[in-house]
Amino acid sequence: MNFMAASGNPQLNKHGELNHLLTIEGLPREVLERILDTAAPFTEVAEREVKKVPLLRGKSVFNLFFENSTRTRTTFEIAAKRLSADVINLNINTSSANKGETLLDTADNLAAMQADMFVVRHASSGAPYLIARHMAATGRDHIHVVNAGDGRHAHPTQGLLDMYTIRHYKKDFSQLTVAIVGDVLHSRVARSQIHALTTLGVPEVRVIAPKTLLPTGIERLGVRVFNDMREGLRGVDVVMMLRLQNERMQGALLPSTQEYFKSYGLTPEKLALAKPDAIVMHPGPMNRGVEIDSAVADGGQAVILPQVTFGIAVRMAVMAMLAGN
Amino acid sequence: MTKLPPMHLPDAEALCTALADAMRPRVDPERTALVGIHTGGVWVAERLHAALGLKVPSGSMDVSFYRDDFNQRGLHANARASHIPFDVEGAHVVIVDDVLYTGRTIRAAMNELFDFGRPAHIDLAVLTDRGGRELPIAPTFCPHAMSLPAAQMLALERAADGGLSFRVMEK
Repeated sequence: MNFMAASGNPQLNKHGELNHLLTIEGLPREVLERILDTAAPFTEVAEREVKKVPLLRGKSVFNLFFENSTRTRTTFEIAAKRLSADVINLNINTSSANKGETLLDTADNLAAMQADMFVVRHASSGAPYLIARHMAATGRDHIHVVNAGDGRHAHPTQGLLDMYTIRHYKKDFSQLTVAIVGDVLHSRVARSQIHALTTLGVPEVRVIAPKTLLPTGIERLGVRVFNDMREGLRGVDVVMMLRLQNERMQGALLPSTQEYFKSYGLTPEKLALAKPDAIVMHPGPMNRGVEIDSAVADGGQAVILPQVTFGIAVRMAVMAMLAGN
Repeated sequence: MTKLPPMHLPDAEALCTALADAMRPRVDPERTALVGIHTGGVWVAERLHAALGLKVPSGSMDVSFYRDDFNQRGLHANARASHIPFDVEGAHVVIVDDVLYTGRTIRAAMNELFDFGRPAHIDLAVLTDRGGRELPIAPTFCPHAMSLPAAQMLALERAADGGLSFRVMEK
């Protein structure tokens, strides 16, 4: 009903505060910075004797995973538990969806169980948005929705944890050259990263990929396109690798994974073209020997495991902000 | 918030000295640890640490994650990390704040402190008690008391030269 009315952005409430996190696209820079600032003190909680704060005590967080994911589901679960929420995990591809229940029926049933927050992963773009809109249209917009990855569309908490990682190592976005490398076509992560980087003021965002793995019109998002990896890596501060999504490949987009590694795998020799202090990121899970060489993945410039640690703090910040708004 | 015309406010510098004097006979410079509550309490703890010649490094706490009004007011916009650089287990801890009011911040601070370990003893040191308690909490060390209406907020400020002073604001 009033879903878009107040602010024009379905993620914000009438005070301009974050009510759902569905996509980074269209979020004001101040909101992104506020999330990153809020995440910082949560990193400290993990170092305590008791790794828990009472903010979401008595709240029920439902992890609705219509698509498999171990890492993302686990980090959301840990984040919610460290906020003292009760967490219920539902892997729906093994559940009622197989019996024919619709997405919104599932959401309605869980809302009737007094859910306070849905964390939604779905193979179809827009599924979390559909749930948020349905909740608003039925007067239940006190139930918050977090997109944990929808189709090729968005993975906003991954984008945010990547920004947190970059800020942690590089301090400031305003002088950086950042390269996103790999399967941009199928990647919701890449879309969230591009929106976040441009919103936060990174002056040069590059995407490096073969033509077959780039969506048409990607330049319109404000990125420079390189088909040659060596050319694209020259002088960059941050290398963000993407996973080659074998499970999403239809038809012959690539000759072979060996060929792919030769042209687009990140090896020490190719990384040497970036700035000497460049950091290497990867959202996981990695395909070693396909998009990244083990020598790089385990090398001194990789910040792939810190990304995982920061991801918990960022998800805690997002859930705490939503629950408090 | 508007600044009110000057009224009879206590001298924060004099109260820091008086607070240190009150604490001196009761602290062990080798063992007593201070934890200041952001932001005013951290400044007062710095003064006390120097004046009492304490050896244990002071901690600082931002109780945003433990506040009891989260469901009404949401997460505080400028939450900072708490920093406890000593082992809380078995320690003598003095929680330090600038102004004692409802007692809710102190409750939150004690809850948070226990997530770092089980202290042997907790004391509370504040510069002034402005009344209006909503919880059964009393200071151990408090050199000054005053009564302020609920519509007014008493806050400690630190000048560029480090000098501390109070000011009153309308809520």
